[in-house]
Amino acid sequence: MRRARIAWQGAIHEAVPHGEQQLKLADGRIVDETEVIWLPPVVPGTVFALGLNYADHAKELAFKAPDVPLVFLKGPNAITGHRAFSRRPADASYMHYECELAVVIGKTGTRIAKSDAMDYVAGYTVANDYAIRDYLENWYRPNLRVKNRDACTPLGPWLVDRDDVADPTRLALTTRVNGVTTQQGTTADMIFDIPTLIEYLSSFMTLAPGDLILTGTPEGLADVKAGDVVETEIEGIGCLMNTIVDDETWFANAHFDKARTA
Amino acid sequence: MTSQFSSSSLPAPQVGTVYGVVLNDHRSLARFGDALEAPPYKGAPKAPAMYLKPANTIVADGATVRLPKGETAVEIGATVGIVIGRPAARLTADSALAAVAGYVLVADLSLPHASYYRPAIREKCFDGACPVAARTVPAAEAGRLADLKLTISVDGVAVGTRTFTELVRDVPRLLADVTEFMTLSVGDVLLLGVEYQAPQARAGSSVHIEAGPLGTLGFNIQAATEAAQ
Repeated sequence: MRRARIAWQGAIHEAVPHGEQQLKLADGRIVDETEVIWLPPVVPGTVFALGLNYADHAKELAFKAPDVPLVFLKGPNAITGHRAFSRRPADASYMHYECELAVVIGKTGTRIAKSDAMDYVAGYTVANDYAIRDYLENWYRPNLRVKNRDACTPLGPWLVDRDDVADPTRLALTTRVNGVTTQQGTTADMIFDIPTLIEYLSSFMTLAPGDLILTGTPEGLADVKAGDVVETEIEGIGCLMNTIVDDETWFANAHFDKARTA
Repeated sequence: MTSQFSSSSLPAPQVGTVYGVVLNDHRSLARFGDALEAPPYKGAPKAPAMYLKPANTIVADGATVRLPKGETAVEIGATVGIVIGRPAARLTADSALAAVAGYVLVADLSLPHASYYRPAIREKCFDGACPVAARTVPAAEAGRLADLKLTISVDGVAVGTRTFTELVRDVPRLLADVTEFMTLSVGDVLLLGVEYQAPQARAGSSVHIEAGPLGTLGFNIQAATEAAQ
């Protein structure tokens, strides 16, 4: 099963797909997917993200693959939904997407063995972990100014149940910018796989339902500019859409209409 | 948020997201010394050098904190948390204090770590790594931050003091620089900075922090249990 959280007619709803372009609410109402506000499919608890978790990407950034997972955290301010906007500040010269498989934790656990780890997974969604490299500093890198910016981590569209994904270690990841494919990879190339990450994190932290692990991205980074439509897609999980906007559009009162017609 | 993560007589304080910052005082920068300019850092932080203390770290006054397996000591980063009282985004230093609900005494616990190059998740985010005092003291009752002195005792012996007279960024400046790129919500806590090479406590010890108008905060440090918790 795949589920979305949306805002519609003044309330928050769980919705399921109804054909290709519509959603069905619990009471049977059918709504167009472009009419609703898509919220992150889960209310995020602790959000973990992985750096350099694909060998090719590590190489692309001229780093040796890490010996232990390179983990950083995000606050709730960073997360936004499907079909939302992310802001590229005027002074940025290099802002790139990162298509990532996001693992949603489904039950509380501490010191989880690798062999039991998948029992703690509720499901999966797609994350786009934007980074603005201009703000990189070598203090707790990647630092929050790069990775914890408001609404710069879109998440969605769906929460897909764990058992609906036959093999999460063989999923194609694709990013398209304005329809042109710029990033292609497979979850088979992860350095630390999902059970390893759950075992590692839970060796010193209690994981709780709603916690998210963004498992890293393969190579294929590219700069994105205001107006670009970025689709990050993972086979069998979903296609997450986001639009990059500039400061003027983001802060303008009528920004919503303006960007839609752009 | 719940207190399921560590045994404690009190429920964990209801706080939002807790963010911290390192190297926010000149004494710590001086201790870091020439290493600031050397690789891998290649210069002192420009933006606040931040980290996050997630929900599993938050415990109440009186908690027993168990260290991760194999660890025997912890740094006691006694500090002050700025508690946010209204949504805080793009604040200016001139008006930032209006977003502050009050101040709370916090012990930001870290496993000692020499390098600040990569995020210190295991070192700073283990269960119970952020004891928070019960009461947020309204700004009007907290007195002048420059007059505040935190005294850290381990097993009844004073091991260090912490003052806030040599800050790189004071409260308004820190709020302005952080909210330039990220919104803080009501109940979020921004820590004013931990001291580099803060006093340590070993497993089996009991820690007490006195903070004048901000009250007190106590907790016990224990080694990991052998069996799964």
